[in-house]
Amino acid sequence: MDKDINIKVKVWRQNGPKDKGHFETYSLEKISQGSSFLEMLDILNEQLINEGKEPVVFDHDCREGICGMCSLYINGHPHGPDTGITTCQLHMRHFNDGDTITVEPWRSAGFPIIKDLMVDRSAFDKIIQAGGYISVNTGGVPDANAIPIPREDAEMAMDAAACIGCGACVAACKNGSAMLFVSAKVSQFALLPQGRVEAARRAKSMVAKMDELGFGNCTNTGACEVECPKNISITNIARLNREFLKAKLRD
Amino acid sequence: MSWLIDSSIGRKFVQSISGLFMVLFLLFHMSMNLVLIFSYDAYNFLANEVLGANWWAIIGTGVIALGFVIHIIYAIILTLQNRKARGKDRYASPSKTATTWSSQNMFVLGVFILLFLILHLYQMWYNMQFKELFMIEGARHDGAQLVEEVFSHLWVVIVYVIAFIALWFHLTHGFWSALHTIGWNNTIWIKRIKVLSNIVATVICLGFMVVAIAVHLGYSNLLG
Repeated sequence: MDKDINIKVKVWRQNGPKDKGHFETYSLEKISQGSSFLEMLDILNEQLINEGKEPVVFDHDCREGICGMCSLYINGHPHGPDTGITTCQLHMRHFNDGDTITVEPWRSAGFPIIKDLMVDRSAFDKIIQAGGYISVNTGGVPDANAIPIPREDAEMAMDAAACIGCGACVAACKNGSAMLFVSAKVSQFALLPQGRVEAARRAKSMVAKMDELGFGNCTNTGACEVECPKNISITNIARLNREFLKAKLRD
Repeated sequence: MSWLIDSSIGRKFVQSISGLFMVLFLLFHMSMNLVLIFSYDAYNFLANEVLGANWWAIIGTGVIALGFVIHIIYAIILTLQNRKARGKDRYASPSKTATTWSSQNMFVLGVFILLFLILHLYQMWYNMQFKELFMIEGARHDGAQLVEEVFSHLWVVIVYVIAFIALWFHLTHGFWSALHTIGWNNTIWIKRIKVLSNIVATVICLGFMVVAIAVHLGYSNLLG
């Protein structure tokens, strides 16, 4: 049964990108274990506002695990201690009475902190703009079954396309590498005939952009795969390696 | 070819290929060591006539040394870049993500193996090929007897065995990771190459260990 618990939250507070930042610990009483983690933070912010203090800034949007907006490094895990979920899907029943919960922003050179727990993930948008699309002429609607696609390929492409671009892979990686994200975005097209047309150019330009933005070199620790809320597999990384090497060797 | 330096996957590709090359070298080295258990004469024949200071052995040594140097330089570059990419601020809460220990400590293991390598080259290679090559006094042509002398000290055997254990950890991650980096993508084979990685690491390290311990205990040169 869900109980009401008393907890402490140790939150990273940072006024702006240039500010040094520090931890602040707040006490919260009678938090229902049935509430979500973000609802707990809402309660904290309400409490702070009532005390005349500045509320904690954190990213969130859909609160149903599909938009990729929420982040937060909670007690040593991106998206908290549960697996296969985003922070907004995390419930307080994963915590016990008297716990101190450490909440930090994603930390990586590619994701500079904007304020408190909010980081700038526009680097991911720039990587997508570098090649994470297919070019098609608009016009009449083509027959959906005109191009046969093996079911397995379609499934793998859909699995890769499940990536919501939240950045947990970068947050979990000791190398600050964005390879899981980039590999998912490359794989979802590389596996389908519509994506093959621009496959070589896509792999090269997305990897070049990823490197340019200061993400690290993947060393296959597999931390990203463990923490990914959408369970994206690191076999996508091997596929990206192959796509990139194939493209370079063909030059 | 500048992509081998400029791009992250290019750098990783160089690291993988040089690593896999050294795995092949280690397999050869381990196989040759096993000869010590059976016959010192056969080992000395291999060391002096087949390898020795012949031109092919010198070129071979150069290529292997180049492989090591590339692997070490790239490891330093990759590690420094990755530390920078991690950002200035570290997490206050220690990571609880379940990953293998060796995958997180490849550089540390590498440094340890390098330190061992320096000792090892000084004890063996310097006295055998190097001295002969540069006409330094005291070049040994009885390699097997030299190995026996070196391994007669208990501390040497202990240091070597510890280094082989470090090598085992390095290889269990390194071998499959290298195959992953050169693009071996397959949801079924990823499990197999991880198992293969453990097998290769175990065979290599067990082979080395068996010889070091057998020579120390006198279970060598069995066929005379």
